[in-house]
Amino acid sequence: METPKIVDRRSDMASIGKSVVIKGELSGSEDLYLDGEVEGSIVLNGNSLTVGPNGRVRAHIKAREVVVHGKVDGNILNAERVELRRSAAVLGDITSQRIMIEDGAYLKGSVDVQRDAKSASAGASGNSSQTSTAAK
Amino acid sequence: MLKWFRGNSGQTTAEGGREARPRSKRHSTALKELNRNLAREENISILDLGATSAANISLFTGKGMKLCTEDLIAASGDPELQIKDPDGNPTYDLERFLKDNLAYELRSFDAVLFWDIADYLPEPLVKPVIERICSLMKPGGYLLAFFHTKDAGPDSPYSRYHITGDDALDVQPIARKGSGGYYKLLRVFNNRHIENLFRDFSSLKFFLARDNMREVLIVR
Repeated sequence: METPKIVDRRSDMASIGKSVVIKGELSGSEDLYLDGEVEGSIVLNGNSLTVGPNGRVRAHIKAREVVVHGKVDGNILNAERVELRRSAAVLGDITSQRIMIEDGAYLKGSVDVQRDAKSASAGASGNSSQTSTAAK
Repeated sequence: MLKWFRGNSGQTTAEGGREARPRSKRHSTALKELNRNLAREENISILDLGATSAANISLFTGKGMKLCTEDLIAASGDPELQIKDPDGNPTYDLERFLKDNLAYELRSFDAVLFWDIADYLPEPLVKPVIERICSLMKPGGYLLAFFHTKDAGPDSPYSRYHITGDDALDVQPIARKGSGGYYKLLRVFNNRHIENLFRDFSSLKFFLARDNMREVLIVR
């Protein structure tokens, strides 16, 4: 499998390697890079989750920002920003203030972009790419 | 589903890495009419059954519409759906397909983007899929469908349709994952076939395009 280039912020965040399998609730108060498997639920209120290219998540996700390179089977709920990279495969519903999906990403589910005044001003700052959707 | 999670199913995976032919542009009168009709409505809910398009998701969610998306052609190619009947003859697991796909018990849609999916769906799925879609649509809802004419030729590839304007589409042929080849046209419908296929709907409006494509806007 070709490993996509990922902006390396991993030194700033907790990391779960690709050989790790977790069953149950995963929660925390810091950013998390996940390249292993999780089955259960993930709650990172106010923090970001990056699912790496080897990441396999079978859980509902609650996090401020979710970036997916791997596979997610579950809903991504109430995020401020969701990014599906070209290698991402998501089976589940997404509710987010902003969403960015690269060509090649696979999504089976609903997308609900929630309007929010705070995100509207952030979205107008021009930092979204061509395929991103910002609540306006 | 669990198999997909473990990464053993080759079908419903992302298509990153697929070789892609360049996009082409086309105008769609049916899309223009669909957009005109949807502009009169509020709280629109749309079901896009083509290959995932970031452009379509951005467009509809940006307008405040609710969007569901699933790639029916990719799902139909799951090798686990190829089964054998009690006599050992190859058949298709229709029950499982309809259990895993187009499963929206609590939702109904104002518009369905069906694109040219009927030309590429395995034969046993065509009628049941249309019937299921009909049951998912609100009365008066719209279905946008394209059909190749026979002049298109059997090599016409299955494509992802990106909506880029009121009547403008970018058409991006997409390859089967892993095979390197493209989906082949499985059949060509004539107008009578199309009318029969959608006989449970209230009306069909045909638009003949210049590029060996027939566009149809169908009202539930």
